[in-house]
Amino acid sequence: MKAMTSSAKATVTLPTDDQILITREFDAPKHLVYKAWTTPELVKRWWSGRRGTMTIAEIDLRVGGAWRYVMQAQGGAEVAFHGEYREIVPDERIVYTEVYEGPWPEGEPAVNTVTFTEADGRTTLTALSQLDSKATRDMIIDSGMESGMQEGMDLLEEVAISLR
Amino acid sequence: MARAATTTDAFNAVAEPRRREILDILASEERPVNDLVGLLGLAQPQVSKHLRVLREVGLVDVRDEGRQRLYRLNGHALKPIHDWVSSYESSWSQRFDELDVVLEQLKREEQGDEGDDE
Repeated sequence: MKAMTSSAKATVTLPTDDQILITREFDAPKHLVYKAWTTPELVKRWWSGRRGTMTIAEIDLRVGGAWRYVMQAQGGAEVAFHGEYREIVPDERIVYTEVYEGPWPEGEPAVNTVTFTEADGRTTLTALSQLDSKATRDMIIDSGMESGMQEGMDLLEEVAISLR
Repeated sequence: MARAATTTDAFNAVAEPRRREILDILASEERPVNDLVGLLGLAQPQVSKHLRVLREVGLVDVRDEGRQRLYRLNGHALKPIHDWVSSYESSWSQRFDELDVVLEQLKREEQGDEGDDE
């Protein structure tokens, strides 16, 4: 774990049965967070986390433009996603579709809305995934079940923990 | 966009804010429905409907005690949600930790550009 001065933590909630919302605060102004989110060579440095290395980050940042990310996971497997930009408001908001290049339920791609809000030089990022169906959400949930680390707290976790 | 039928599992059941409130209340204490009505400020039929949904997916258990029916949270049914949220959060947290490093560098570069005469 890196020693960070901020106590920033990603929060995940499920606002409805076909949405996933991620919220995180960054100690940087929003134009830099936006830049790190939309510049291929910068995306390559963070998007895979510590689970692998990114081999491809293509970003055609205009409405109707395509993006594609490919990660080589530590076990050797390739994980790829692609989509299309639907709305771009520089430094403020990006809306794009996201398709996982693998087994996936039939249907529309997920639509992600990422917003950047600045206050006192810090940026709150929200990433809302609107899924086309409960089947897709369940698929994401099932795939997430495979990794097991537990970190962080939210409402539901607090409830669960209080019962142990 | 077509909505999936609701309340087929714990994930659907907790997607409703009022039901999350009920779970919060029941997490600390077993309660009769009237307590929930008072605490939530909802009409009893609404509370009963939410409780029925929560019971159907196993998040809430009920037992009779004298003339009262007491509701309580079944934490085991929450575990899949807890596990999933934790692992999803964890993978995004890792990602964002790396993004923090990138942002630190961008900030330094920007300050360097502006502060050449310092």
